[in-house]
Amino acid sequence: MRLKVSNIDFYYDSIKALENVTFEVNEGELLGIIGPNGSGKTTLLRCINRALKPKVGTVLIDGRDISKWGRKEIAREIGTVPQGFITSFPFTAFDIVLMGRNPHLDRFSREGKRDLAAVKNAMELTNTQHLAERRIDELSGGERQRVIIARALAQEPSVLLLDEPTLHLDVNHQLEILGLLRALTCQSRLTVVLVSHDLNLAARFCDRLMLLNSGKVHSIGTPDEVLTQENMRQVYHVNTEVRYHSLTRSYNIVLLSPTNGGG
Amino acid sequence: MDKNDFEKLYSKRRFRKALILFGLLIALVLMIVFVVTVGSVHIPPLTVAKIVLSKIPLISNLVSESWPSIYEAIVIDVRLPRVLLGTVVGSALAVAGCAMQGMFRNPMASPYIVGVSSGAAFGAALAIVLGGSMYILPLGAFLFATLTVFIVYNIARVRGRVPIETLLLAGIAIGCFFSALVSFMNYIAGEKLPTIVFWLMGGLWASNWDKVAIAFPLILLGIVGMFLFSRDLNIMLTGEEHALDLGIDVERVKRIILVFAALITAAAVSVCGIIGFVGLIIPHIMRILVGPDNRILLPSSCLVGAMFLIGTDTLARTVIQPTELPVGIITALFGAPFFLYLLRRRRRVTGW
Repeated sequence: MRLKVSNIDFYYDSIKALENVTFEVNEGELLGIIGPNGSGKTTLLRCINRALKPKVGTVLIDGRDISKWGRKEIAREIGTVPQGFITSFPFTAFDIVLMGRNPHLDRFSREGKRDLAAVKNAMELTNTQHLAERRIDELSGGERQRVIIARALAQEPSVLLLDEPTLHLDVNHQLEILGLLRALTCQSRLTVVLVSHDLNLAARFCDRLMLLNSGKVHSIGTPDEVLTQENMRQVYHVNTEVRYHSLTRSYNIVLLSPTNGGG
Repeated sequence: MDKNDFEKLYSKRRFRKALILFGLLIALVLMIVFVVTVGSVHIPPLTVAKIVLSKIPLISNLVSESWPSIYEAIVIDVRLPRVLLGTVVGSALAVAGCAMQGMFRNPMASPYIVGVSSGAAFGAALAIVLGGSMYILPLGAFLFATLTVFIVYNIARVRGRVPIETLLLAGIAIGCFFSALVSFMNYIAGEKLPTIVFWLMGGLWASNWDKVAIAFPLILLGIVGMFLFSRDLNIMLTGEEHALDLGIDVERVKRIILVFAALITAAAVSVCGIIGFVGLIIPHIMRILVGPDNRILLPSSCLVGAMFLIGTDTLARTVIQPTELPVGIITALFGAPFFLYLLRRRRRVTGW
């Protein structure tokens, strides 16, 4: 088991944000975390990479507990693509991806051949080599997102976490980003955990989905096991129709009407 | 892209960096020699170089003494300590300003943002009012400058974290508090008032070798320390959350940068008062000229800050001879229009 998260509880002051969250992700697997606003998706991602320190619970990578690790050690195993990248500073895409090598460098050393090779590989995988000398603040949303993913890949992590990687992207870029992540799990055996609000995209590209509700795991399993009409009613309070689409070979959610506070 | 392109791109970067820094270093050395020649008595550059070399052990034998002894007194006792102190202080303010702007991700940040200047001003005013000697004054300024940063940091700290906005606001509030105390000191200072006011304006007129000897090691330590964190500063410019994800212990780095910046700013302020503008504007000018990468931005700001301060100080001591202007007047008078010119012309590249 690549990533094993057990019994995570997290509080913001006295407000419980996560309760007893437990799940596992295999090598080369793509897990999608879904759930309504405030269900704890982002908090969970930030507990996994220990940007937030959960009150109880453990995170194991290949069976090793990461709670005693330093930031750099964690960053060598877990690459993170947070939500929203806001730098107005004119760094080039190359500069940004090179920053991904930071966890592999100590304070007195500078980037060497090994690091440049990792940068090159990351930019090739994300198809961003041609953007290397462009300014990050002048790239389009889709290009920028690919550069940030390249930066995370330059860390050469075994686990990649992404917080709504398709937010604010138009449909073709959404497909492109998720297709890229899908390919990475297959070719590089990367383990990917992503948070998404787009149920249809998640259903189409993820091996398994985890549905969070009020900080608890409501259900976890293959898309057809999780995206049931019953679950949608209980968690999102909407009536839906779930259809299998033969061309994409995935499940589609059709939103019908709110249940008016039912459940 | 072909296989070695990234290596080429990277080595091109490093070559450019080396070239810029080497050029600036040569320019600084030439400038130091030049400004020492300038004053009520003009001393030829070659003579200046010879006098300086004659004071360096081992080389001194190679230089034959062929200048009036008054030249030696002017160069060694008067102009050189002043120019060297200017070099050190200019570097300190520019580097501290650069690091503060980077850490706060705020173009308004200066070395004085966390209250160093008001703390130092209070310490100096207190020393003057209590009638301390010329050695107590810098000590008072240094103590209160560092104390202020310590207070500001601890007020801004919430459960082991120091949100940058809180730090900024705490710095402003504590700054106001100490400014009020300085006003109070001014009010009760009596005949000592001009001394306080003149000190507050800042300047290099009271330079001597003792001050160089005190300020230089502290500032050198702080600047070198800061250089070691330039990659961290770069990454923190993209946001603290990103920095954390890339393996940076953000809170620790902030603490270290703050300590170094406070150290060098306090050292600079305690020997020459509050010289404004250098720490605010030089980093901006250099960001426009060399880009946002702190690995070249910090050292080039350091060199240009030094040149800027010794250049403006030379104007300050020569434009209305035999008396002199506070250098802060000149730094703002000449720096502001030049900066605005660059701002208009190359707004696109600043990132702000």
